[in-house]
Amino acid sequence: MVAVRPLGIDSEASSDPLQIKLYELPAAAQMSVYGPVVKIHPVVLASIGDSYERRNEGASRVIGTLLGTIDKHSVEVTNCFSVPHNESEDEVAVDMEFAKNMYDLHKRVSPSEVIVGWYATGFEITEHSVLIHEYYSREATNPIHLTMDTALQSGKMNIRAYVSAQMGVPGKTVGVMFTPLSVKYKYYDTERIGVDLLQRTRDAPNTTNGLTSDLCQVGGAAGRVQDMLATVLTYIEDVLSGKQMADNSVGRYLMDLVNKVPKITAEDFETMLNSNINDLLMVTYLSNLTQAQIALNEKIVVL
Amino acid sequence: MATRKETPSTPTAPMASTSPGATLDSPVKQIQIEGLVVLKMIKHYQEEGQGSEVVQGVLLGLVVEDRLEITNCFPFPQHTEDDADFDEVQYQMEMMRSLRHVNIDHLHVGWYQSTYYGSFVSRALLDSQFSYQHAIEESVVLIYDPIKTARGSLSLKAYRLTPKLMEICKEKDFSAEGLKKALIGFEHMFEEVPIVIKNSHLINVLMWELEEKCTVADKHELLNLSSSNHLEKSLQLLMDRVDDMSQDIVKYNTYSRNLSKQQQQKHQYIQRRQQENAQRQTRGETPLPEEDVSKMFKPPQPPPRMDTLLIAGQINNYCQNVKEFTSQNLGKLFMAEALQGHNS
Repeated sequence: MVAVRPLGIDSEASSDPLQIKLYELPAAAQMSVYGPVVKIHPVVLASIGDSYERRNEGASRVIGTLLGTIDKHSVEVTNCFSVPHNESEDEVAVDMEFAKNMYDLHKRVSPSEVIVGWYATGFEITEHSVLIHEYYSREATNPIHLTMDTALQSGKMNIRAYVSAQMGVPGKTVGVMFTPLSVKYKYYDTERIGVDLLQRTRDAPNTTNGLTSDLCQVGGAAGRVQDMLATVLTYIEDVLSGKQMADNSVGRYLMDLVNKVPKITAEDFETMLNSNINDLLMVTYLSNLTQAQIALNEKIVVL
Repeated sequence: MATRKETPSTPTAPMASTSPGATLDSPVKQIQIEGLVVLKMIKHYQEEGQGSEVVQGVLLGLVVEDRLEITNCFPFPQHTEDDADFDEVQYQMEMMRSLRHVNIDHLHVGWYQSTYYGSFVSRALLDSQFSYQHAIEESVVLIYDPIKTARGSLSLKAYRLTPKLMEICKEKDFSAEGLKKALIGFEHMFEEVPIVIKNSHLINVLMWELEEKCTVADKHELLNLSSSNHLEKSLQLLMDRVDDMSQDIVKYNTYSRNLSKQQQQKHQYIQRRQQENAQRQTRGETPLPEEDVSKMFKPPQPPPRMDTLLIAGQINNYCQNVKEFTSQNLGKLFMAEALQGHNS
């Protein structure tokens, strides 16, 4: 008898009959239950949101293809495009021709991206999804199905990914079950900087934001570090005054932090600082000189 | 840089609200970009642009009053030699047709390009932007600087050609006299349009969720103190351009010297002629025929001024970037000094 242990009980999962609770099985069976980890880039989510906003009249959800790369243990979703489709009570029609066309066009730009699955907005997985998923299984091995609740039914966006698995009694009708996968968000460095900037539009009243100029940015970054230091300081004071229990791991991190500040003698630091400042000032002077030179050159030529 | 010229497509539907008298002043006062476009551009460079020249793509959107709203974009494939029968116009047309089916704005409003350390002022860019602006009045070129972005802050600039430059390009008159007539300096070539980023409410919700879900440690590249690598490369590029510039100046100097020498020779010849004629008259012989002096002394070809202008503009751009960079770094150094002083 194999001992099973419930890994985590999703409170929403118990209401949705199409999901299962994850159990830890012995290693041999683990790969087939878990499936790959799905890493999503923010551009995909923004794209899905945008195509949801532009959906046709009367359509309650949009679907589209996910593109990306497949690894041994993970699937990285880096791009997507929406596919027009019509959905009614009893039938669903997806423009396959369009999907193929778009995929070809996209392949010209990034030849390394392949179809890894499809997405749909909305909270539930309907019967139509099964049909669409079947189509996509022809295009890609083991496609991923991504859902994003743009109608915010439960107050959150609920970005989830699923893989389909066969279920049922052998010999009788075989059904399809969507098993959830763990979703992680992956950013390139520059993407994260872009997302940071975009996040600033959250606080602006009419959701707009300009790009800041050089020294303001440094000031902003310094401000953020200052905020973080303030949080750490309040925590330390709470621990010292006994309001909070001291956590050893946090203490170790703090030790690391304090030790990271390099111990440089005052003279060494002075020399380093001065030489750096000299370099920068010299470069500023040279660039100003060059600018004056070309301005002068222009005036002379026009004479 | 072997950027190829992008052929613009004629707009398939009339623009939203272009007033007929808007061609006098710049018709676009502000650019509004959606977050999605920014993310797509970043991703495009990250995946396809490493190590190669530049990545380019098309911007789609609408014109609303005096704002240019950019709502979507799609990338252009790299120009490879082994893809000789690849038709760019066809790719563009197909892409826009397909995007129309999913209700994405299919109006061409400009193009974007990535740049290496700010070196984008080139003949190719000028030509492309001119053909775009000629066909579509409000088009802009977005320059995305990935290296500056990686240092901590998104670097995105929008440029248009000034009306003066448009006139000159139209007449294709790049000689010195033409430019002198229009009084164009390198500062009047491109005009920068301010950018504003706008996100719809749904995207804002998405941003909140991402922040909650994703506890990626902030890496603070912006506070990085190291500067020598960046400075070195920028200065190297600047030096190359200044070398080009000095060569151009030498050429121009030789030209003007040749011209003045020729003028002198002409004068001397005419004087000698007149003297001879006077002598002949006193001797009673027929004067020598007046020869066409201009045919004998062909004026030297004046060097083209357009390249010099472009180089000057590029140098200006480099200098601006370097100054911005140094001012940031000076600020950071003083902060470090304050911290260190506090410690010791």
